[in-house]
Amino acid sequence: MTAMLNVKDLRAYYGQVQALHGLTFSLNEGSLTTLLGANGAGKTTTLRAICNMVRSTGAIEFEGKPIGARSTENVVRLGIAHVPQGRGTFTNMTVEENLQLGAISRSDKKAIVADIERMYEHFPVLKQRYTQQAGTLSGGEQQMLAVARALMLRPRLMLLDEPSFGLAPLIVRDLFRILGKINREEKVTILVVEQNAQLALELADQAYVIETGRIVMSGNAKDIANNEDVRKSYLGY
Amino acid sequence: MELFANQVLAGIATGAIYACMALAVVMIYQAIDHLNFAQGEMAMFSTFISWQLMQWGVPYWGAFVLTVAFSFAAGIVIERLLFKPLAKAPVLTNVAGFIALYAIINSVAGLIWDFTIKQYPTPFGSSPFLGSQLISTHQAGMIGITLLMLVLLFFFFRFTRVGLAMRAAASLPESARLVGINTSWMIALGWGMAAAIGSIAGMMIAPVVFLEPNMMLGVLIYGFAAAVLGGLSSPFGAVVGGFLVGIFENLVGTYIPGVGNELKLPIALALIVTVLVVKPAGLFGRAIVKRV
Amino acid sequence: MSAAEEVVTEAPAVEAVPKRAMTLGYGTSLAVLAALILIPLFVKNFIIFQMTMLLIYGLAVLALNILTGGSGQFSLGQSAFYAVGAYTSAILMEHAGMNYALTLPIAGLICFGFGFLFGQPALRLSGVYLALATFALATAMPQLLKLGYFEHWTGGVQGLVVTKPDAPFGLPMGQDMWLYYFTLAVSIAIYVASVNLLRSRSGRAFMAIRDNEIAASAMGVDVALYKTLAFGVSAGITGVAGGLGAIAVQFVAPDGYTITLAISLFLGMVVGGVGWLPGSIVGSAFIIFVPNIAESISKGLSGAVFGVLLFLVIFLVPHGARQVAIVAQQLIAKLKKN
Repeated sequence: MTAMLNVKDLRAYYGQVQALHGLTFSLNEGSLTTLLGANGAGKTTTLRAICNMVRSTGAIEFEGKPIGARSTENVVRLGIAHVPQGRGTFTNMTVEENLQLGAISRSDKKAIVADIERMYEHFPVLKQRYTQQAGTLSGGEQQMLAVARALMLRPRLMLLDEPSFGLAPLIVRDLFRILGKINREEKVTILVVEQNAQLALELADQAYVIETGRIVMSGNAKDIANNEDVRKSYLGY
Repeated sequence: MELFANQVLAGIATGAIYACMALAVVMIYQAIDHLNFAQGEMAMFSTFISWQLMQWGVPYWGAFVLTVAFSFAAGIVIERLLFKPLAKAPVLTNVAGFIALYAIINSVAGLIWDFTIKQYPTPFGSSPFLGSQLISTHQAGMIGITLLMLVLLFFFFRFTRVGLAMRAAASLPESARLVGINTSWMIALGWGMAAAIGSIAGMMIAPVVFLEPNMMLGVLIYGFAAAVLGGLSSPFGAVVGGFLVGIFENLVGTYIPGVGNELKLPIALALIVTVLVVKPAGLFGRAIVKRV
Repeated sequence: MSAAEEVVTEAPAVEAVPKRAMTLGYGTSLAVLAALILIPLFVKNFIIFQMTMLLIYGLAVLALNILTGGSGQFSLGQSAFYAVGAYTSAILMEHAGMNYALTLPIAGLICFGFGFLFGQPALRLSGVYLALATFALATAMPQLLKLGYFEHWTGGVQGLVVTKPDAPFGLPMGQDMWLYYFTLAVSIAIYVASVNLLRSRSGRAFMAIRDNEIAASAMGVDVALYKTLAFGVSAGITGVAGGLGAIAVQFVAPDGYTITLAISLFLGMVVGGVGWLPGSIVGSAFIIFVPNIAESISKGLSGAVFGVLLFLVIFLVPHGARQVAIVAQQLIAKLKKN
């Protein structure tokens, strides 16, 4: 397997405050990787830095091309979909408009229509509500919509920021099952940031653990799950 | 009763002017989230351009189309040159920028075309409309154009991809960037469209108020008031607001004793403020729930 | 339109200013004060008059700063409060023969009441809506002053002529110089009081409302009371400035207090730095001198020159004079280190 995303010595700053202190990691094509860490460890910042939404230094390569100097929208147009924390739903637009927005950088009209139908198959609940204002959906439904919207880009790489946040356990299981399916069937490489370490490690094949802006552990998800320190700190047993 | 009906009709006729302007105001508010104080001056300048073209022998509709195209381009250029650098500056600094732009355009127009009042032609004629002395064919034509613009805007925002992208960029810029929308250019596009709509408003208004550098001053104030009354998030509300303000203004002038021309404006504004106190988001605006 | 409600996390319109940074250090304050005291001794009467106006507009900008920078409310109606203050002083002096110094607190009190009352309906409005409401007030005021009913008191369109006071106790100075020092004393008193107000409990309440109204109310701040209070205080100070202005110009007339004045004061606040009280005097200088400079560069295009100069200022320092002060402070700190 080749590396799809290569991050070298990534440092990010909020004003005077440094949030990442030289992160180096890579994602293999077709992998499903999770980034674990406590509050404030720099997980969200890592995702934001990849999409150039925060001031950062270091080298980021996507499929061999450096993307560090690209604006957010141009990073996205390369095929990197980002489901942000809080989902970023366009609440005053309909469900269908949200999906159309996901494909706004594509110009293949017919394929877009087909893709919307495909999303409705993945997430039947969205089909029931396609004319509804997205703001009226429940949290779980909005998360489904956010994932579906990201998929409308036909991304090569998908970044998810705490998709389980605020959702009921059953819905989380459902969502993770769909993510796994997307990863296998649509060959989308996924990087998911999670606080729910147990679920994330079950789902992922690779894992990184991040602490105060540095990667402290990396490897196969199963090995990480069996690691004593990780068990104590993140899994609680 | 007949006096009342007549005054309402006359109010609708003047209201069409405000509706036109309010539509332009709402357009830019949607795109950039500020009220542009220089909007009236931009419309005035566009109108002068069309007048100049006609002086040079360009026929009315030719001048009309050229002016709209020029205004669209000029709106974009103004945004790129003057307001993009202020994108990260505080809101109130941007407002100061609008005031500066106002001063510049007004002064330049005065220098080029001086401050004497000029006649401006109408393509609709100025005979009585359907036998009514209160509404002329020009005013009817102006109402028609306003409604046409409203319909076009509705279709643009609802059914085109650019319209969708503009709405997304205005409502949640960060999310819009995450689906690949260049939000900075959407703002520029909003300026262009607002300038183009403003130029149409200017060319429709000029035959009524006559052409001169200060022609838009009163119109813009009423246009703002109309936009705010209708709800700044709704182009439809802006047009309705425009007509309502026109009617308000006429009725106040007719029925409240001792109100000269000068007190009409403050009283109309006071009425609008009263409405806003009851309905703070305007008549057709979306209530905004603030999250802590 | 849509039934759904939009949920926004609204950024405060005015960014927070650290409490310390709201004022100048002791050294700088003393230097400015010394300059303000000494300069008039060496310049012509006309310049002394301009310096008096500088202080008066400075007060009015300061008042707007307390309202906008302090409590986050925006007003385009300051010219109305200024007018009420000016007419109160003028009428009391000319019709009731009252001493000019005594008219000022009365002007301040009347304007405080007026502002406090106006703040009541304004409570329901914010942002552009509040701007429109205050704008309405500003456009109405000159027309109201022209009304026939009040003509006996206000002099109608003609306005009133105000007598300039002489220096008291036989002090050896001209009218202009006396009025300057009198204005300076009033300005310093109001400035010190304002700084202390913003540092007090009420000031913290203002700023809490500015930064997050809902959170402030959840913490037990009486939002309605403090918002109207901010309006009242701001109007009161503007009223005193208006009264001083009437005495300095020796004349009040409706057309001196149009929306243009309110816009000038607003520009003064932006140029000085929103929420930074010492900036008020810088903003005041901008609105007094820059139009003159523009006029001297080009008579026909003075408006355009003014606009270009204003653009230059906001491009260079979008946060106003405050930004200059912060940069200067950092430079000095660096020099001290080396």
